[in-house]
Amino acid sequence: MQILKWLGCAAVGATMFFAGSSAFAVTIGFSQVGDEGDWRPAFSKDMQEEAKKEGIDLKFADAQGKEEEQLKAVRSFIAQKVDAIIIAPVVTTGWDQVLAEAKKAGIPVFLADRDVDVADKSLFVTRISADFNLEGRLAGAWLAQASKGNCNIVELQGTVGSAPAIERKKGFEAVISLFPNMKIVKTQSGNFTTDGGKQVMEAFIKSTDNLKGICGVFAHNDNMQLGAIQAMKEAGLKPGKDFLMVSVDYVPAEKEALAAGDANASVELRSAIGKYIYPVVTDYLKDKKDLPKWIVIPSDLHTAATPAN
Amino acid sequence: MTARIEMIGVSKEFPAVRALERVNFRVASGEVHALMGENGAGKSTLIKIMTGALGSDEGEIRLDGRPVEISSPGHARALGIGAVYQEVNLVPTMSVTKNLTLGRQPRRFGLISWREARDRACEKLERLKVDIDVERPLGSYSVAVQQLIAIARALEDDTRVLVLDEPTASLDANETELLFQVVRDLKHRGLAIVFITHFIDQVYEISDRISVLRNGRLVGAGATADLPRLKLISLMLGRELKRTEERLAAAPGASEGPVVLSAEGLGKRRTMAPFDLSLRAGEVVGLSGLLGSGRTEVAKLIFGATRPDSGHLEVSGERMTAHSPRQSLRRGMAFCPEDRKAEGILAELTVRENIILALQTKMGWLRLLRQNEQEKLAEEMIRALGIATPDADKPVGQLSGGNQQKVMLARALVSDPRILILDEPTRGIDVGAHAEIVSLIRKLSAEGLALLVASSELDELIAVSDRIAVLRDRRKVGEIARNDITRENIIGTIASARS
Amino acid sequence: MTPSSSVEADRSLHLRVRALAGHRAVWPVVALLLIFAIDGVVSPGFFHIRVVEGRLFGNLIDILYRAVPTAVVALGMAVVIGTKGIDLSVGSVIAICGAVITWRIHAGDPHWLILLSALGVGVLCGLWNGFLVAVLDIQPIIATLILMVSGRGIGLMINLLYGGTNPSFNSPLLQGLSVGHIGLVPTRLILGVAIFAALWLLIRRTALGLFLEAVGGNSPAANLAGVDARLVKYAAYLICGLCAAWSGVILAADTHTSDPVSIGLYIELDAILAVVIGGGSLSGGRIYLGMTILGALVIQTLTTSILTSGLPPEYNLVVKAVVVLIVLLLQSNNLRGALYAGFARKTG
Repeated sequence: MQILKWLGCAAVGATMFFAGSSAFAVTIGFSQVGDEGDWRPAFSKDMQEEAKKEGIDLKFADAQGKEEEQLKAVRSFIAQKVDAIIIAPVVTTGWDQVLAEAKKAGIPVFLADRDVDVADKSLFVTRISADFNLEGRLAGAWLAQASKGNCNIVELQGTVGSAPAIERKKGFEAVISLFPNMKIVKTQSGNFTTDGGKQVMEAFIKSTDNLKGICGVFAHNDNMQLGAIQAMKEAGLKPGKDFLMVSVDYVPAEKEALAAGDANASVELRSAIGKYIYPVVTDYLKDKKDLPKWIVIPSDLHTAATPAN
Repeated sequence: MTARIEMIGVSKEFPAVRALERVNFRVASGEVHALMGENGAGKSTLIKIMTGALGSDEGEIRLDGRPVEISSPGHARALGIGAVYQEVNLVPTMSVTKNLTLGRQPRRFGLISWREARDRACEKLERLKVDIDVERPLGSYSVAVQQLIAIARALEDDTRVLVLDEPTASLDANETELLFQVVRDLKHRGLAIVFITHFIDQVYEISDRISVLRNGRLVGAGATADLPRLKLISLMLGRELKRTEERLAAAPGASEGPVVLSAEGLGKRRTMAPFDLSLRAGEVVGLSGLLGSGRTEVAKLIFGATRPDSGHLEVSGERMTAHSPRQSLRRGMAFCPEDRKAEGILAELTVRENIILALQTKMGWLRLLRQNEQEKLAEEMIRALGIATPDADKPVGQLSGGNQQKVMLARALVSDPRILILDEPTRGIDVGAHAEIVSLIRKLSAEGLALLVASSELDELIAVSDRIAVLRDRRKVGEIARNDITRENIIGTIASARS
Repeated sequence: MTPSSSVEADRSLHLRVRALAGHRAVWPVVALLLIFAIDGVVSPGFFHIRVVEGRLFGNLIDILYRAVPTAVVALGMAVVIGTKGIDLSVGSVIAICGAVITWRIHAGDPHWLILLSALGVGVLCGLWNGFLVAVLDIQPIIATLILMVSGRGIGLMINLLYGGTNPSFNSPLLQGLSVGHIGLVPTRLILGVAIFAALWLLIRRTALGLFLEAVGGNSPAANLAGVDARLVKYAAYLICGLCAAWSGVILAADTHTSDPVSIGLYIELDAILAVVIGGGSLSGGRIYLGMTILGALVIQTLTTSILTSGLPPEYNLVVKAVVVLIVLLLQSNNLRGALYAGFARKTG
């Protein structure tokens, strides 16, 4: 009997040993929102690839856009006694309880992308994400420089009331307000879609007599900008040459537009952000040093001069 | 013995008609009382007044000798008057328990107590000696059991009067027997039971007394044993004194034309017992019988609107392989349904479109009748049938009932049929139009058309028919040839004992 | 003029006004004119039309141009609604068409074949809806909800078939149909008129229209009159699917990219609205093709006007809702009767 038990233990130990470094590496649970759009699946893929590179044992859970699925996933991470939990929250509210459970179990929680609304900020270590406001400021700064501070701008807003639309607009306006000769003369929502951007730009072209006196177009995302470019070209205008075109996202089609000279600048919304998130988590696990509550992932502005990728 | 419920001198008037005229109606405790009458006799008005759904204009209701004012259906229930209607007013997808306690669920601390509800449901069913699983959905049980559950729902501890409105309409013989056992049992417990049915045999099987209404008046009442069938049916059908009973001269040789339609053993379970029927060119065959005897069913089976499950039909010597209105139209049949609102008119479409519809379906969708042809046909029909409409492009929904009926007749005629089936062609038509339609029927048959006319009006049938098929209780019980067509013969055939 | 004859003239005028007010086309046209009047005040030069890059150019042209996809879908919707049905899946059909077009272009098919494939998708979707409604007898709103919910997911899956990271394409044929022009006139407008004409001929120059309306008005009665209701319903959903597919071609080629999540989003609601503004009743029985076009134009005029007006985007939906509500209220006989009675009391 004794011998049998010993043998069993040895077998388990051996398996653990031969499983390689993972047995000794950190285990992280990552609860993702879902796989809507282009950006999020790319983000998930990067998190998994980056984890492999770093030798992290990543437990990935897709919440399919459902809050209750996400809570379930987080609780199962707690039960599995992972070393740390990363959450890309589906919603901002309703987190106090489950985060308290994680804290009680001694598991640090990190937020990626969206924020949560909890009374006790010590329930999570930090939030690591891009800054929509910064993206707006970068776009504004580029436009100010390119136009030397003299520019009448038309703006294509994102979906009314959405966080990126609000923050990008705020950031953009904060910068251009520093320049007395820069102002937004027309603004409408294109709902973040190509078709929406195209329709809005068509209307702008008519209501401004072929964009007379306009020097720049700021779109809250590339899709709308691409639609606007189509509308301008169909009206015989030359976007990228006669008009300064700046937007956010840096999607593949926008790269092509930059290369073709139809667009001038795009602020990258990174999906490959694993390399920013994991070091923060592993460093914290090593020395448990307090971190600021928000760590901003740098945003890069790309122009036609920036080599693709 | 005092009556359990007694209605004395009850009258009710609606805008256009006098529905009840000083009707007396009494039912004793421990009695099954059959309430008889044809369409429009006033049965349902009387029942509605009894159960509080309608108020009366004059008259008095006494319950166990005490005068009562029944103000609402809820009040009637509280007084111990329960009713079960023909269509089961229950929810098939809900459990038997829920159906039995809906609207009066037992509550505990403001919440429904389902355990108590279940107990109460079982108790109710036990009273009727029905033993079923009350948690299963109602719809999973047969129509007969559903009917019993409906009775169970109507029965409270203190129910004194129970109204059963055509409870057996969709039951077969065995199921009816099951229901009757329950009815007899309730009778022995002293309930007063009002039983409404179209099945004459059932009246004689279950009832103790009979009251007969016609045109809002009580025309006869008495013990069932003292009222032979012949008398009962004569009372129900009555006699239209205003109209002549004289037969219009039939075209000579009407019954010598070639047979254009013959049905052999055509029937459908629960709808119509298999029957034989033939129709000759230039002949008018009437379908006679009481309400619910199967007139409409025969017409629909022949036209293919109801798909038969036995027998076969030959049209012009060719056997029909598929039964559908489309096929029938193609073979030269046309049909004018009884219920024009539900099955006849297309209210939003114009008179013209309504009239040409059947002809157009016969021609197929690719060959649209040209506008001027359509107008010509419509104008012809509007003139021929005297349809009162400002123009052919008025939506049919805006015409009066009689004119809608004529539009439907026009639709059938325009399709150029060899066999025309008319179900209640004169329903809701004024006297003048009535005579027009009767003479039109004769004219059409003289032109060689074969007609099958179902009607509840004996005089009308006698006036137009060369031969009459008599129906009772969803079976054909006889056929009366041309020279023997008299009122007495028809009534006698309907009343004849079960074959 | 004697006083009595003036009263009479007044009365006949009242009657004439009343008869005019009762005509179906009046209220949508009034709405259209009102929106135009406001446009004229708010945006000077709104009606200006000139030639740019060899084509007509201006807000009015934009309205017609942008209305085409909605109007074509609405025509199909009018047919389905005429049979007492509804097709919620048109937006999803558009998404699937867009995805199929992009996928086959990446696969290298000849473009005329791709056009046919896209229309084939519409036919398949129509047959599917028709099967659920006509054969399985599922309520139309539920039956078409199935494809509405799943269709955009199917589109995303098709996008994955070629990687789907950059779902844009180039197709001279398809883009020519969508954004090209013949002479000064946009091609899609010409083709839209052609579709309207073809559908009108199909509905009004064959008996199909009569059968569709008969089935929608009173299905049992139509059956007794020999109409094959099942086949007729099939035809209705087929027509609707085909119309949606054509819109899918126009919309996908417009931005020459496949975005199943956003393409034609809520177009089913605009299409239903167009039918209703055009006097169609959801209880079926009547098909008004021309009026449906008018309804689509009201909706698009409203959208374009809002975009050019400089109104903050937060108000877009509110303004649209209010205007549509007013048009529909004016369409209501009851309300109009009440208003007229009130007016007559005040003046009389």
